[in-house]
Amino acid sequence: MSTDELRAAVAAGALAAREGHRPLLQAIVEVARAIFGARASSIMLLDEATGELVFEAVTGEGEDTLIGRRIPGGTGIAGWVAESRQTLVVEDVTRDPRFAAEEARRTGYVPRGLMAVPLVRGEAVLGVLNVLDRPERRRFSVAEMELLELFATQAAVALDLLLHARRIDALLTGGDDHLAAVARLAGALDGLEGERRAAGARLLLEIESVLAG
Amino acid sequence: MTDLDDELPAWSLRRDDPRAGGLPRTWPHRIDRDWAWGGSDGAQVRVAIVDSGVDGAHELVGGVTRAVAVEVADGEARVVEDSVGDVAGHGTACAGIVRSMAPACELWSVRVLGPGSRGGATALLAGLRWAVAQRCEVVNLSLSTPRRETAALLHEIADEAYFAGSIIVAAAHNLDVRSYPWRFASVISVASHDGADPFEFLYNPQPPVEILARGVDVEIAWLGGVRIIAAGNSFAAACVSGVCALILAKHPGLTPFQLKTVLRETATNMEV
Repeated sequence: MSTDELRAAVAAGALAAREGHRPLLQAIVEVARAIFGARASSIMLLDEATGELVFEAVTGEGEDTLIGRRIPGGTGIAGWVAESRQTLVVEDVTRDPRFAAEEARRTGYVPRGLMAVPLVRGEAVLGVLNVLDRPERRRFSVAEMELLELFATQAAVALDLLLHARRIDALLTGGDDHLAAVARLAGALDGLEGERRAAGARLLLEIESVLAG
Repeated sequence: MTDLDDELPAWSLRRDDPRAGGLPRTWPHRIDRDWAWGGSDGAQVRVAIVDSGVDGAHELVGGVTRAVAVEVADGEARVVEDSVGDVAGHGTACAGIVRSMAPACELWSVRVLGPGSRGGATALLAGLRWAVAQRCEVVNLSLSTPRRETAALLHEIADEAYFAGSIIVAAAHNLDVRSYPWRFASVISVASHDGADPFEFLYNPQPPVEILARGVDVEIAWLGGVRIIAAGNSFAAACVSGVCALILAKHPGLTPFQLKTVLRETATNMEV
């Protein structure tokens, strides 16, 4: 574990950051849905190990059933978007009978239209933001595409934080790593108050002087 | 004077070499759309669609000349004949756009996504390299990779294509994403305007995006033989691939830099 990772681990242990990001992702899909007046919105996370896309946050249609659901990578609209890093907007997609059948089977909900934008941080594609069934009151514009992509940038930052926290969490709960134990100690100390906290801090200083001695 | 020849640096040229003179002067004269592609149908120009595959049976596609797929196993890529068709719909959409503009061109599908390939830089590199080696005059590309180590290899292929007379038409990203090859000077990078005419394209004096074309509210071919409405820079790139096919069918042998000049001179936003 590098110094940076240890520092992050300590922070994560102290703040229990992981679950703190869930509401952020949820807020992002809800705002995306509201901005575009859409029926549903979701964030999918790319599982590096399997190449699959996993539903991470959902609002509107499918919000009770889709979280954790996986779709194979490289196929379908979201798969193409993740691979190409290109925003794609399609309407009337229900005309494609295979798409309709597949979506119904996978998610129980068949959108007519779909906007999908890649969530990119640095060199990595983290996932895909979907906005489903915006109203067809007007034709899609370049400005809407820009808005969607601006929004995706924010979502990518949140997703990056979530992934980072998860990685740290995996380190912390990893078992026999002594450094992870130190991070857990820091977390425990941070959870104390008053005299117990002061005593804990003195104890740690003692340990430090012994180890450094 | 072979001694002197031997001493010339590798890329130098003696002034009495036939290549040092006698090239046909065709320009400058007025380059307008009629000169550029008037009467052209794209015949005999090979347009490679490096994407998710192409459904050649779609009425808007009207057949593909050849379909291959890149298979990747243990990091090694090989190109095999493909009968899978399109795994996402996107390749079919791009093929349909190119066909609608250059009805007689040859469409070559190079599938680098889906079963067997799982996308990624290895498949992309192999697919592009193959299309250039087949001397496809136009290579339509919406995929890219952000990895620096791959970028160097892509750069080599893009330059190789440029010198071999294959033009890579690449969809740009709207997001501030560093990815390749669309940022390279040796390709034509395309983003969207919001017009409705596939032959309306604008020259952008502020690269890396060089051309803006129709990419919003486009009727495209999709899986299952249907047509849907869609938006994305990748559809703008397909429009430019179509125009390139028309130009190259009428003026075979134009180099990529000449082709770029023709595109600039015939852009909708050039003063008449």
